[in-house]
Amino acid sequence: MAARRSRISLILAPWVFTIGFFAIWEVVVRALGVSNFVLPAPSVIAEAIVQYRTQLLFHSYHTMWMTLAGFGLAVIFGLVLGMALGASQIVHAGAYPLLVGFNAIPKVAMVPILVIWFGVGWQAPVLTAFLISFFPIVVNVATGLATIEPETEDVLRALGASKRDIIFKVGIPRSMPYFFGSLKVAITLAYVGSVIAEYNASNVGVGNLMARASADFNVPLIWAALIALAVLGVMMYAATAYAERRMTGWAQRSQFAAQ
Amino acid sequence: MDAFVDIHDVTHIYAGAEDGAPAVEGMSIKVREGEFAAIVGPSGCGKSTVMKLATGLQFPNKGTVIVDGREVDAPVKIAGMAFQNPVMLPWRTTLKNLLLPLEIVQPHRSRLRAHRKEYEARAEALLAQVGLEGQGSKFPWQLSGGMQQRASLCRSLIHEPKLLMLDEPFAALDAFTREELWCIIRDLHAAKRFTVILVTHDLREAVFLADRVFCMSARPGRIIAEREIDLPRPRDLDVTYTQPFIDIVHELRGHIATAREAV
Ligand SMILES: Nc1ncnc2c1ncn2[C@@H]1O[C@H](COP(=O)(O)OP(=O)(O)O)[C@@H](O)[C@H]1O
Ligand SMILES: [Mg+2]
Repeated sequence: MAARRSRISLILAPWVFTIGFFAIWEVVVRALGVSNFVLPAPSVIAEAIVQYRTQLLFHSYHTMWMTLAGFGLAVIFGLVLGMALGASQIVHAGAYPLLVGFNAIPKVAMVPILVIWFGVGWQAPVLTAFLISFFPIVVNVATGLATIEPETEDVLRALGASKRDIIFKVGIPRSMPYFFGSLKVAITLAYVGSVIAEYNASNVGVGNLMARASADFNVPLIWAALIALAVLGVMMYAATAYAERRMTGWAQRSQFAAQ
Repeated sequence: MDAFVDIHDVTHIYAGAEDGAPAVEGMSIKVREGEFAAIVGPSGCGKSTVMKLATGLQFPNKGTVIVDGREVDAPVKIAGMAFQNPVMLPWRTTLKNLLLPLEIVQPHRSRLRAHRKEYEARAEALLAQVGLEGQGSKFPWQLSGGMQQRASLCRSLIHEPKLLMLDEPFAALDAFTREELWCIIRDLHAAKRFTVILVTHDLREAVFLADRVFCMSARPGRIIAEREIDLPRPRDLDVTYTQPFIDIVHELRGHIATAREAV
């Protein structure tokens, strides 16, 4: 009985906490008479969401595509570079310092350069999303490849396996959990990149919508856009997390991960 | 003697060795075709190094390694290997793990796609021989340590290698499982007559299984004694409690003790 009750509480808990959070927000804002300009109440934000729904949908859709395009580039580039790094010690030794140096640059600082190169348009958001998100993919794929157990390698080499055989039979399957794990990080980063670039260098997208809303001091719209960003972000994160679970179930076999 | 594996006066220094000291020095071993050889010695004496030299995973700085009549200058391709760690690939079922060598070694590699059923039947038969009947569809992590080690043995034999290399494969198992596996490997060897080199630090294991036991000194490893084990075959586990068996184990223990004192 007790076990069943605690299971039901676990299912209800997220709803109770979320609704409670917004309810307290509403009550506090009303009770203290906080102005809409400082912190709008959830009901005001909800009104703004309804009022601007077409705009919000249009811009969210655009931001989603910018993010996915940059993320897609990062996946391809990250896989290729990660494999090169993991498979060849020379490439690893040579390219790693460069990569680390590049990764140390806050990518926001590159937006002005991208604007000089491409002007205002889709290129800056896509490229910022790409630049900001490929690094974790590279590192994770390379790690998966470079940490093959020496005994596994010995077993295969004693059979006459080529380096290529070992990479395809062992290295790549074994780096998949690392790869999918890094996708969750990468999609979040790509999203940050595309929104920041839209804010600074685009005529569309949620980032741009926020830039214009803040220029107009339209605070409820800024908050509505924030909520739209949260929803979109959760959706993209959930999609990658789902892909990870589907593709690498064998790596999540422990009781610990299942709980 | 016509040796199948002939390691002659070999000295090996690992490229990565910090002190530049040899792992094995002036090492010689001859193993006949179909023979079951065991190498015993204190840990770190270079036993695994001998395995790597014999399979072409490492090449000696000095001396020659000849396997199956050819000087080893590349991985030998005729060897099956099993280690203390079963190293099964966790994303493949046990059966698919067994098929892995066939995806590498010719002529199986080109035949595998067209004759998949036949090879799967072979793998199932091998699993049944080691007491894993019907476990092929399980993932390795669903098997116990002893079961994984059995599967690992099957994988090392699936391509019917002429040379089987066992590097302390039973070291991590409990005593009962270990003795069960001794009998399994004994029967597989009796049936197929491949050449085996077993590395172990368990003298009883070496004497029970082998036709010939080599004792190694502490690092840098050399052979300090070679002992033919003339106990009649087939050997039953009961033989390990007989006087001749115990005498041989004692004799070998004496060699190892001297080897350790010399350090
Ligand atoms: N890849 C390696 N690089 C450098 N030294 C090694 C390497 N592998 C083994 N050694 C050294 O060679 C010696 C013999 O090792 P090994 O053959 O693994 O011993 P054993 O299997 O008998 O325990 C050890 O002292 C070990 O430190
Ligand atoms: Mg060893």
